[in-house]
Amino acid sequence: MESEIRLMKGNEALAHAMIRYGADGYFGYPITPQSEVLETLEAEMPWETTGMVVLQAESEVAAINMVYAGAGCGKAVCTSSSSPGMSLMQEGVSYIAAAELPALLINCMRGGPGLGTIQPSQADYFQTTKGGGHGDYHLIALAPSSVQEMCDFVALGWDLAFKYRNPAIILADGIVGQMMEKVVLPEQRSRRTQEEVRKQCPWAVTGKKNRKRNVITSLELEAPAMEKINNHLQAKYKEIEANEVRYEALNTEDCDYLLVAFGSMARICEKVMELARKQGLKAGLLRPITLWPFPAAAIAEAAKKAKGILVVELSAGQMIEDVKLAVNCNVEVRHYGRLGGVVPNPDEVLDALKGMIK
Amino acid sequence: MKPEDIISKGECVYKKPSLLTDANMHYCPGCSHGVVHKLIAEVIEEMGMEDKAVGVSPVGCAVFAYNYIDVDWVQAAHGRAPSVATALKRLNPENLVFTYQGDGDLAAIGTCETIHAANRGENIAIIFINNAIYGMTGGQMAPTTLLGMKTATTPYGRRVDLNGHPLVMAPLMAQLDGTCYVTRQSVHTPGAVRKAKAAIRKAFENSMAGKGTSMVEIVSTCNSGWKLTPAQANEWMVEHMFKKYPLGDLKNE
Repeated sequence: MESEIRLMKGNEALAHAMIRYGADGYFGYPITPQSEVLETLEAEMPWETTGMVVLQAESEVAAINMVYAGAGCGKAVCTSSSSPGMSLMQEGVSYIAAAELPALLINCMRGGPGLGTIQPSQADYFQTTKGGGHGDYHLIALAPSSVQEMCDFVALGWDLAFKYRNPAIILADGIVGQMMEKVVLPEQRSRRTQEEVRKQCPWAVTGKKNRKRNVITSLELEAPAMEKINNHLQAKYKEIEANEVRYEALNTEDCDYLLVAFGSMARICEKVMELARKQGLKAGLLRPITLWPFPAAAIAEAAKKAKGILVVELSAGQMIEDVKLAVNCNVEVRHYGRLGGVVPNPDEVLDALKGMIK
Repeated sequence: MKPEDIISKGECVYKKPSLLTDANMHYCPGCSHGVVHKLIAEVIEEMGMEDKAVGVSPVGCAVFAYNYIDVDWVQAAHGRAPSVATALKRLNPENLVFTYQGDGDLAAIGTCETIHAANRGENIAIIFINNAIYGMTGGQMAPTTLLGMKTATTPYGRRVDLNGHPLVMAPLMAQLDGTCYVTRQSVHTPGAVRKAKAAIRKAFENSMAGKGTSMVEIVSTCNSGWKLTPAQANEWMVEHMFKKYPLGDLKNE
């Protein structure tokens, strides 16, 4: 398949991007608002073309453990879900991080807590960036704000996951998953041969032909040995923090007021910035693309001359904690958020921004 | 004169399986796990599948199975071994994929995964060690604990009104269209050991032939958890366990 331009939903773009990346497997369970991922894969029947395995699991718990196994044999495997389903997966996510497996996860967030709503939300920021499962671990968290990024971050997520042997997650929300936009789909890459998998992933469980046996496990009962494993993980996280921070900065050089937002809220904040500048208010926007590692230095730099920062989230205020840490509370940092699936319009955010002017 | 000149060459009738490692097993003396591990190692070796076998170890006493059988392994979260095996086999169909699970793992926390993997007819073999107790955590009630049986969490014996009935998995598995072979074996006598080995071999061959899911339940002893000597545990198992969990094939297609 050649590269082509299509009009589609973010969730559909995820599925096409997986096939075109040369993915080996997808394991998922239906949940609104991300069910189009599995539906699109089943309709495309990639097992007939690339040989990609697609399986509707009996639960999110089963799906994440299938991903654990698939990544454990060195394959490019993925699961996607939405907030309540992601909560169910957290034990498995911790195992994947602990066993240092290169899986790709996708959360198309909806409003919580509990069964909540099927409308969009960004309230899984804490779950994604601060743990979610048990133990000291991190996911490489990518936050797309367009259908194009939904597509592109599939490849980026897997590339980073394999580079660091660490799970990566695309933290999208119901808006980015459901909205339709133009997207440039990449050309089809061929799936790696089993020989290539063995070469790239000498640790993977593929049968011990011509080598000593491999074991995928996160168990170590000796405390000093377990501490050593943890220190190794922490060293890896430091390396990722040093190398993989991504963000987009718009009009931050001369801004008096800085908006910080990710995903769909960053799209709305682009409009807010435009409206503000038309009214003579010098607003800038910093959009974290990696939520972990967090672009703390970039925010501190952008906020140097700013009189205030407005963090705009579809939550009660989660990323704002990282923003405050980034600027050491040297600048006033306020939050504007809507909850329960409500999405603000640009005027509402602009009013909040104007409210910061002293 | 060399030793070979005076020692006549005999026929080797028994040896430790080459796939059994030299690691000291952590299992209690008298426990059935060690025997079943040996049988699995022998079968893989005799089938010539050592380069293609991938085992899935559970949470429970057998979590360290990967230290003892010299093939590739994945250690699964509690109860999730059939999901792990599903993906391993689907992504690498040339591999011999088997799970090794206890009664808590397979019949309590992992019942959902067990039933669904079998119902999909995944080409995997499930080795199910049923000793009616949680060994590793210190002898608590298992789903398969017999009525009246004393455990750490049923100190006065399992009662229907408090704890429900023992869960009998093999007939459940046998009625699923996805299973091809469901059998119940034990390893308490030399004859039983030979039959159990044949059952494991059949299960492994079924999964390589793509016939669907096979489950070999091994009714086992946990003499430490049962607070009996190994010999007493075998007798107790024959007298009580076999009544609820009778040996033999439930399905063989």
